[in-house]
Amino acid sequence: MRLLRNYVPQLTLLPSLILVAITVYGFIALTMVLSLTRSKMLPRFDRWEGFSNYLKVWNHPRWEVALENFAIFGILYIGGTLLIGLVLAIFLDQRIRIEGSLRTIYLYPMALSFIVTGVAWQWIMSPDLGLERAFHIWGWESFRFDWIKQSDLAIYCVVIAGVWQASGFVMALFLAALRGVNQEILSAARMDGASGPSIYWHIIIPALRPAFLTAIVVQGHLAIKSYDLVVALTRGGPGFSTELPSTFMYEFTFSRNEMALGASSAVMMLVLVMVLIVPYLYSELRNER
Amino acid sequence: MAQLTIDNVSKVFGSTSVLQDISIEIDAGEFLVLVGPSGCGKSTLLNMVAGLLTISGGQIRFDGDRIDNLEPKDRNIAMVFQSYALYPAMSVEKNMAFPLRMAGFSKEDQTQKVQEVADLLQISHLLKRKPAALSGGQRQRVAMGRALVRDPKLFLFDEPLSNLDAKLRVDMRTEIKRLHQRLGTTILYVTHDQVEAMTMATRIAVMEGGIVQQFGTPAEIYDHPANTFVATFMGSPAMNLIDAVVSPDQQHLQIGAVNVPMPPGVKAPAAGTKVKLGLRPEWFGVGDKAEGTFDMPVRVDLIEPTGPDMYVSVKLDGQSVMTRLPAGSDVTQNSDCTLRVALDKAPIFDAETGLALYA
Amino acid sequence: MSVEVTNPRSGRAIANRIMVYTFLLLAAALFLMPLAAMVFTSLKSMPEITGAVGFENNTILTPPRAPTLEAWSTAWSSACIAVACDGLRVYFWNSIVMVVFAVTLSVGLGAVNGYILAKWRFRGDNIIFGMLLFGCFIPFQIVLIPMARLLGILDMAGTLSGLIFVHMCYGIPFTTLFFRNFYVTIPDELIKAGRIDGAGFWSIFLLILVPVSWPIFVVSIIWQFTNVWNDFLFGASFAGADARPLMVALNNLVNTSTGTKAYNVDMAGAMIAALPTILVYVVGGRYFVRGLTSGAVKG
Repeated sequence: MRLLRNYVPQLTLLPSLILVAITVYGFIALTMVLSLTRSKMLPRFDRWEGFSNYLKVWNHPRWEVALENFAIFGILYIGGTLLIGLVLAIFLDQRIRIEGSLRTIYLYPMALSFIVTGVAWQWIMSPDLGLERAFHIWGWESFRFDWIKQSDLAIYCVVIAGVWQASGFVMALFLAALRGVNQEILSAARMDGASGPSIYWHIIIPALRPAFLTAIVVQGHLAIKSYDLVVALTRGGPGFSTELPSTFMYEFTFSRNEMALGASSAVMMLVLVMVLIVPYLYSELRNER
Repeated sequence: MAQLTIDNVSKVFGSTSVLQDISIEIDAGEFLVLVGPSGCGKSTLLNMVAGLLTISGGQIRFDGDRIDNLEPKDRNIAMVFQSYALYPAMSVEKNMAFPLRMAGFSKEDQTQKVQEVADLLQISHLLKRKPAALSGGQRQRVAMGRALVRDPKLFLFDEPLSNLDAKLRVDMRTEIKRLHQRLGTTILYVTHDQVEAMTMATRIAVMEGGIVQQFGTPAEIYDHPANTFVATFMGSPAMNLIDAVVSPDQQHLQIGAVNVPMPPGVKAPAAGTKVKLGLRPEWFGVGDKAEGTFDMPVRVDLIEPTGPDMYVSVKLDGQSVMTRLPAGSDVTQNSDCTLRVALDKAPIFDAETGLALYA
Repeated sequence: MSVEVTNPRSGRAIANRIMVYTFLLLAAALFLMPLAAMVFTSLKSMPEITGAVGFENNTILTPPRAPTLEAWSTAWSSACIAVACDGLRVYFWNSIVMVVFAVTLSVGLGAVNGYILAKWRFRGDNIIFGMLLFGCFIPFQIVLIPMARLLGILDMAGTLSGLIFVHMCYGIPFTTLFFRNFYVTIPDELIKAGRIDGAGFWSIFLLILVPVSWPIFVVSIIWQFTNVWNDFLFGASFAGADARPLMVALNNLVNTSTGTKAYNVDMAGAMIAALPTILVYVVGGRYFVRGLTSGAVKG
């Protein structure tokens, strides 16, 4: 009984640990195993394919498009949210009277789901009735904004909607970090004769390093997972021009009954995430104590 | 009230040994202070007596009964923490009643007991407040009140005054001492402040490097430090340790060209032995020569007036020596002068081992 | 500040202020534009949207001239989603039930886990925390196939309880992270005092820590609420026809409507789906950002 009492914390933690062990680590392992089989609609473990599924995915034209889109989307989405978030945060930090209301306005898209964002922007970007028509009626007859219908430009529509949704969150991160910058250092810099812009460039922005790191990790991880946005905004189209690794995986696993290929693509997504996350986790945990 | 025995206790964290063979015994009603610099192991020892840390070896006994395998709540102890550790969401009353509530006392008993202790500590008017609405001194009292309601056998204090400002610290020091005398409880008190140790304790254990350097009454510790660590740690400004060599006749100590008579209470080592002569700043003075004193030629380096006294830093054969002289003493910066020094209690220490050489 | 670099009343300073405000207000307009388009469209009738006769100069950003709640009531109770024409309301309640249970379970477990990992240190606890933390970052595609099998084995395939289970599993790493990082900032002395006063594992948690944890409860509840409410991937992958959450239904409504696209109904549906989370943000957003940035997202 006494022994049992001494282990109350560990025992209480156990159910959650078992759940996570199975549903995170166990499932990752299972998906990896599946990726080596010839599973189609149902998992089967009687035929081993080795790594040929990975080669199939890797050489698939749609995967190529997915990776290319992912690179475009990832870079522009992360870069865009960081830039807009930073600029908004710096401007908001200038003792603005209506800061509270503005902050809420910039932040509210974060409350929306990617599905709602996708539905809204699909409507705004539709050339027939959306912004294009609005500009025509306002007198700018030659205005053209039909990217969503063009295979080579549709991915940028996904970027626009994504940046709109997530910039406010990055702004909030940066704003909090700005407020945490040591005021004495700023006073010292002023004494030393530094002016507004150079204080920002040389002192404040370098001090935001941790916020940059957090923002990059959170946004990068959202970018890899962003499945819903593409589904709601373009449904992967036109054609499969806005395919992302996440839509590829879903399509092959659930619509085309190519479970082994789907599993292979999922494993490759995981590798992408690990490349981003593991160095971050490592540095965070090492700095901990 | 209990007699506390700490018997050969040790603590090992992983492969580092934090405490080695600690043995301390105090009688019921004593006020024991564990004093030492941070990292000396004093808080570890306190936490082990409290039952918050397990011990790696040895025994802890109250009145002869082993308690080192009991849960903290079964040891009949109470503790006052450095940060006071008041439960932020509970009122003062609830805070003080919490140990009673956990022990299953009835509501009436809780209220009555809390009221008694609150009266004793003069905090009855604060009972309905939350800790956040209290001043530092008030929080300190509430923390003591929470400890008192249990009527424990042993009180533990973990640096309870270090978060208070200087004046309040002195007031609370007096108050804790008065409380101890009135209630007669056994107290184990941890501090890094040697003044607190000297003023409150009936016994002091000076700790450093996981070892008890010296255990004794405040007077023993101050007048007969066992080694150079204790000698310099207790007392402010610290005792001067002056490099010296035993003269061929063993009757003197040679400090460069200066020959100081061997102090009366020491056992003179062999001629030529390197030793350190311990001189407390307050043993120096100006004026006429008196019995048992020695005139020391020095050069005045720096003068720091403190009000009642002045700290005068002087050079003796190139070694810095801190002295404490009455305010208005006739000394001038950067000039030579003669100070007399009382040698009757002066210890000497082996230069190698740092151990005191008493007769 | 003793040194003023620029005189606040100088012409240049005033010009700077005007520039800053102009930029911020312009940005606010851009951020609000999609919401305005949604709200306006949801209150219009179809002829007003398509620019039929009498409405030729209407754009998506023209306020409705004859506001009507018809599209809202259609979206709520009679729009066709797949084969059923009962509107979004069934799915709305599915989502509510799902959110209530999934949030309660994951926040409750996360609170206890965080308490243990922060205050009851034991050998290997940091490794366990790291392993839990990793669960926050996996792309969920990697677990979809095995989870579908597990739900089948547990007889929860296609059900709401299955979805609740999934959200609970993948919510635990986040809530544990939040609570652990919050409890690390609470002094250990409070726990020690509790132990000496005779409180055990559970009474320390429930009587001493929970009453001071409301800021992190707010963060965790908002985080989990928005994540579960807004989820599409799990809903689309695991929910059967009866258990579909609102986001999946909304996507079906918008993308499978036959005949002329009823934009006003789409937008009303989107607004219905968005209102609960917007409400949560407006009410608790201040505490959310404060809590999140005071260490919750940092490892």
